[in-house]
Amino acid sequence: MNTPLEKTQVRAADVLRSGLNFGLIGGVVALSIALQGMLQAFNVRDIVSGIITTSEVLLLITFFGTAYFAVSRSGSAHPLLVIVTGIWAGFIPSVFLVALIAVGGVIRLGDMFINAVPELYSLLTFNQGLVTGSVYLMIVAAVCGATAAVIDLLPGNLRRAIVLGLVAVFAFGLLQDLIRVTLSNWDALTPLVSFLYKSNGLSIEGAAAVFVLTAAFSFLRSTQGDRIQNQLRSLPPASRTTLRWTSIVLVILIFLLLPAFLGLYLTDVLDTVGLYLLMGLGLNIVVGFAGLLDLGYVAFYAIGAYTVGILTSPEHATGIIHNWWLALPFAVLAALFAGVILGIPVLKMRGDYLAIVTLGFGEIIRLLANSDFLKPWEGGAQGIQGIPLPDIGPIKFAQTQLSLPILGQFQFTPSQQFYYLFLAGCLLVIFITTRVKSSRIGRAWMAVREDEDVAQAMGINLVTTKLMAFGMGASFGGLSGAIFASKLQSVYPTSFSFLVSVYVLSLIIIGGMGSIPGVIVGALALVGLPELLREVGDYRYLFFGAALVLMMLVRPEGLIPEARRRLELEEFRAEEAKAEERKEPAVMQTMEQP
Amino acid sequence: MKRFLERYGATDVVMFIVGGLIVALVIIGTFSTLFVTKRYDSRDWFNFVVYGVALGGIYAVIAIGYTLVYGILRMINFAHSEVFMSGPLTAYFLADYMGRSGFLDQNPVVGLLAVFILAMAVSTGVAILLERIAYRPLRFAPRLVPLITAIGASFFLQYFFRGLYGTNIKVYPELAVLKSSVQIGIFSIQNVQILVIVAAAVMMLGLQLFIQNTRTGKAMRAVAEDKQTAALMGVDVDRIIVITFALGGALAGAAGVLYGLMFKQVYFLMGFIPGIKAFTAAVLGGIGNVPGAMVGGLFLGIAESLGPNLFLDGLGIPAPYQLKDAIAFTLLVLILIFRPTGILGEALAEKKA
Repeated sequence: MNTPLEKTQVRAADVLRSGLNFGLIGGVVALSIALQGMLQAFNVRDIVSGIITTSEVLLLITFFGTAYFAVSRSGSAHPLLVIVTGIWAGFIPSVFLVALIAVGGVIRLGDMFINAVPELYSLLTFNQGLVTGSVYLMIVAAVCGATAAVIDLLPGNLRRAIVLGLVAVFAFGLLQDLIRVTLSNWDALTPLVSFLYKSNGLSIEGAAAVFVLTAAFSFLRSTQGDRIQNQLRSLPPASRTTLRWTSIVLVILIFLLLPAFLGLYLTDVLDTVGLYLLMGLGLNIVVGFAGLLDLGYVAFYAIGAYTVGILTSPEHATGIIHNWWLALPFAVLAALFAGVILGIPVLKMRGDYLAIVTLGFGEIIRLLANSDFLKPWEGGAQGIQGIPLPDIGPIKFAQTQLSLPILGQFQFTPSQQFYYLFLAGCLLVIFITTRVKSSRIGRAWMAVREDEDVAQAMGINLVTTKLMAFGMGASFGGLSGAIFASKLQSVYPTSFSFLVSVYVLSLIIIGGMGSIPGVIVGALALVGLPELLREVGDYRYLFFGAALVLMMLVRPEGLIPEARRRLELEEFRAEEAKAEERKEPAVMQTMEQP
Repeated sequence: MKRFLERYGATDVVMFIVGGLIVALVIIGTFSTLFVTKRYDSRDWFNFVVYGVALGGIYAVIAIGYTLVYGILRMINFAHSEVFMSGPLTAYFLADYMGRSGFLDQNPVVGLLAVFILAMAVSTGVAILLERIAYRPLRFAPRLVPLITAIGASFFLQYFFRGLYGTNIKVYPELAVLKSSVQIGIFSIQNVQILVIVAAAVMMLGLQLFIQNTRTGKAMRAVAEDKQTAALMGVDVDRIIVITFALGGALAGAAGVLYGLMFKQVYFLMGFIPGIKAFTAAVLGGIGNVPGAMVGGLFLGIAESLGPNLFLDGLGIPAPYQLKDAIAFTLLVLILIFRPTGILGEALAEKKA
């Protein structure tokens, strides 16, 4: 039998090995972040002014995350072992980076890896010179690892409070432009802004305040949250309804007034979010409700935009309608028709084949739009110009002065007016989608998604059900395209690449397939955030790709899952667990045999 | 008429009419090019065919990767196009270095071999990592889940390599040996095309021998047939799946270098279009079927190189080469509608679930 000493030794070795595994993964991640040039790209603003920059936070998060995963998976309870694991796992990634610095000092890596330039090395070494800086880097990594281990040892609600506080500081620093611009619209809030922010980051006091407030809030919620919820629940039904309605009215009011507070740039961002949200809601019907993976959704967006262009542009012989609103129904109908037509050949296909064929359709539409073949009709690579703005009689889409009671004078630009168009479109589409979802056809879609054969056996007509999904999804895409064409006042084939389809698909998958709040959150997170953070730039596709994979591995139901879909996926998890169980005894047997 | 409608349904009738129309257009276009406009002479046609065979060879080699994985896991490895891209993009730096130092022109065989080995190693590595990280945990998941993972992985890899090596288009060095051409009567073939055709043929033959004659090949066929039974017979299924991905990856890497030598340009998005074409080739030949992928690849390559000139030109479409990709996609759609089992396909209907 093992003596206690031997036992701890064995376990220490195990712990170190699992720390090494996570450390190696963390090392590869750290190396990738460095070679992708993210550190240089994110070096544009400070999180806490003069103390820590975004790129330094990125490095710290890598070390911290590595150590945290290693610690929480090691399953060790002994505090000393936990801290050693944390330090060990956090330290390893820094070794990778130091190795990169060392190799980069000898060989000119920049010839191959475009981001391996001296700027990267000086960022990695905190501008302290390569040798001293490398030592700093390793110390910082080890400290990060130790911190992660200590935080892991804290009781649950305290841990949550600290982590949430740190996240809040990070978010306030990262989104400083948004917060500053929004707050600076009120004169009364100027002192708050100058308290929170300094030059290009949070001030120290501001960061501390954000951290303390968020942590306190989280801590209070974990201790007092149930009580408040119970109080709310015990309210009489009448006052509960009033509460709900007041909150709904408040939300609508906020949405109506948003462009006035946010200013030009942020409203433009919201317009883009609205554009993708419309497409997302449309694709959500096809992919989320009916489970038909459509990778060519951009085709309907293109058809909507081109229909409006062809019908309204004065440069074309066919441009006979000069009012956008009159062309709109044609655009939606054309997209709907295209959806049904493209739906017919794929009725019998499932999953993978459907995805590839729809991708093919999307590409065919783009290639045709771009070709000289159809140029006389829709302009080829030159596209269509001169599409009218969506004026409604006397209400013109142009720079206007608006004086509101109480709130005062506002300058309204076209992009702020488009916001209302997008808002109206989204509200309409959300209303239709929620109504349809629980109707007969909506339930038929979900039945088809869950099992096509069983659905058919239950008397669901697969042809009409699927074609309804394709047509309805496509018509929302057409609506989105029509607004897009009017907003740009022109259409070019380059706007309709495969990337758009993947963008829309990512936002509904990450938000939660089939869930309408999920699609909204997905659009805000995937479209809004990258627009706000100019440094994200083209890394967005890298993040989307990684997010799709991680999401499928960890949480395939999405951020805000739809109830029924979550049930389906839980079934799969249960099966998986069973499969694991079946595997284990077999392994044991083979080990016992010799 | 009524009985006919009952048997096939309205949608089938529509599809038959559309299919018939497309076939009619192709025939009319071909007729018009060959007998009315007569724009091309026999030398042109020969060049088109040789180019098509070389292109088809590349497609076929990539298509094998799709088909092998599909045969075993019943999933489309959407990221295979990025496995194809990663190898030649990395090996470009070696080729470029050797090209500039003059080594490649002095020892073309050794130099090219080194480039091939590096590209194949990188592509194999990417394929194995892909399987381990993205696909293995999801083997029992509902069908949409691994497909979405594959799409995500494909994007991730594209932009990962973009971040590593930059966005600029990289030009493979031009070898003096490959630049010249061989004369056969009035016809001439470029050496590059000979290299591509021979290399593709050798790889396909080697793979076929490997699958048919080795123990591992036999195990691969067994796993493709039935995973559980194969496991009961003592086949390590996980290992076979890894080997399958590695094989597909190595072939894709080699095909990528051939692509780089033939078209000179490599960049991070280079995988997308050849990837879909190769998938089309795999479907054309019958997915899951290795000889089918070869036949499908050759067919698609020739259709793509002849098509624009043969029938689009005859129909009076301006700049028909712009639509060569559309030909491949249309072919894909048509084949999936009318013969989803492909040219040499097995009965897929039973396995579709």
